[in-house]
Amino acid sequence: MADEPKPEGAEPVAKPPAAAAKPPAAHAPPKPPPTMATTPWESDLTKLLKDRFGDQILEFASYLGQNFLVSKPEAAIPILEFLKLEADFDYLVDITAADYPKRPERFDLFYILYSFGRNERIRIKTAVADGAKPATATTVHATANWLEREVFDMFGIQFEGHPDMRRILLPDEWEGFPLRKEYGLIQQDDRWVRENLNIESGQ
Amino acid sequence: MPEATFLDSTELVLNMGPQHPSTHGVLRVILKLDGEKVMGTECIIGYLHRGVEKIAENRTYVMFNPYVDRMDYVAAVSNGLGYCLAIEKLLNVEAPPRAQAARVILTELNRIASHLLWLGTHALDIGAITPVFYCFREREEVLKIFENYCGARLTTHAFRIGGLVYELYDGFEQECRAFCDMFLPKVDEYEELLTNNRIWVSRLKGIGILSAEECKDYGVTGPVLRAAGVKWDLRKAMPYSGYEQYDFDIPTAQNGDTYDRYTVRMEEMRQSVRIIRQAVDKIPSGPIMGKVGKVVKPPTGEAYVSIEAPKGELGYFVVSDNSTQPYRVRVRPPSFINLQALDRMVRGGLVADVVAIIGTLDIVLGEVDR
Repeated sequence: MADEPKPEGAEPVAKPPAAAAKPPAAHAPPKPPPTMATTPWESDLTKLLKDRFGDQILEFASYLGQNFLVSKPEAAIPILEFLKLEADFDYLVDITAADYPKRPERFDLFYILYSFGRNERIRIKTAVADGAKPATATTVHATANWLEREVFDMFGIQFEGHPDMRRILLPDEWEGFPLRKEYGLIQQDDRWVRENLNIESGQ
Repeated sequence: MPEATFLDSTELVLNMGPQHPSTHGVLRVILKLDGEKVMGTECIIGYLHRGVEKIAENRTYVMFNPYVDRMDYVAAVSNGLGYCLAIEKLLNVEAPPRAQAARVILTELNRIASHLLWLGTHALDIGAITPVFYCFREREEVLKIFENYCGARLTTHAFRIGGLVYELYDGFEQECRAFCDMFLPKVDEYEELLTNNRIWVSRLKGIGILSAEECKDYGVTGPVLRAAGVKWDLRKAMPYSGYEQYDFDIPTAQNGDTYDRYTVRMEEMRQSVRIIRQAVDKIPSGPIMGKVGKVVKPPTGEAYVSIEAPKGELGYFVVSDNSTQPYRVRVRPPSFINLQALDRMVRGGLVADVVAIIGTLDIVLGEVDR
């Protein structure tokens, strides 16, 4: 950290770094807000979605110019399908998750979508509890297959209706889900290592 | 054993890899064959999994920067650019114009290096031994520029969050220009060797077809998508680092087969030369580092930023909790997602074409497994 060489250009600037281009309200006090300083997102698309899904969608927001919507978990796949068929969002860029162990619904699931026709990228964000089984997106986008397998591999979120819900990067018999926050950085499945690699893990 | 097994017409399961010269790393493919015909495949990946995304959560933003080079190590500069842009987005800063121009030059050089490695090994897989030597000869010149610039040839760590750490060295422009002048005729030479070569054409034409619709369904991007006729390149669609200032074309083709992907990538190398020449001619003067504090601590929030890497859309989704360490870093790796379409491409084809199709996808296992 400290020994990282920094160029002369980055002289000790005043305490709030990078504040110059930001709206002062969000950054001027020494403590920035603990939540995302989002702005509402309104467009023809949000109107369309609001008409169709009503209170299934909890929020339309925008942060740093990137639009996203927060939906109830059961509505995520219908929204994906609606966006693909009615609004031309035909490319599922990515599915990923983030772990917040202190929350009752500990995972945030993210679907990143892009539309070739509109040249627009949006995200769908939904919170799921540990053990809940969100529906698979493979019924809408073929690319969801491996992406959901990776989310399962790393977070242990099972997707209902997925054709092949197995681990993808780690061995099938591996114990634990590495990207959960309680999983240690150098933690590994000692039993698996001993049985399959014939070595003591040394940790 | 019953004697009839010899004449049995059951499926033959053939294991390919992980230690196989044509899988470009540690990819294992289980092929189900009916005679010469491929009935299905299963990819076993993860042999190179290092938990890069987990490491990110345990390092500061600055410390994690060199790790990203180890994913797509053939195009390390692109990885670094994507990561720096994502963090700069969260910090809401922009690199100064001089840094942006240098970034464009280095990433385009890296695109050429990556495509050269692809061309050499792809041709080698198909049985053309010669191109690999020529490709590595020219790639060496690119790596020399990297070495002169930042001391490293492969995992360069060329960029920093907010700009550059090293000023461009004396003679950088001349070396880049000399490389462009030297390189452009070489592309024609490669094409002379391959483009109309009868063996090359018959091994590639009509092999591993992926239509535009299938590409979109599988999320396949980069040259594979463009070969299917979709004129889409993030450098044009959502320009970053000042790509909008440069004049270049997006090469496309129509059939979406292995041969088209070859022609698209060849043309991309020429377009990269075009970009480098324009960028070198007008490198602005000024600072090379933006206003980023010594401690990188983005406000709480999340952002997804992606760039056009040599292999496709390379994205970084970063969640910040206003600490010095990222809360979550997700890498959207083009190789991983493009590889998923392998099954679709080889199904129904011949077993000999599997090697050609793996080559044409241009995967790097360091990025597939992360």
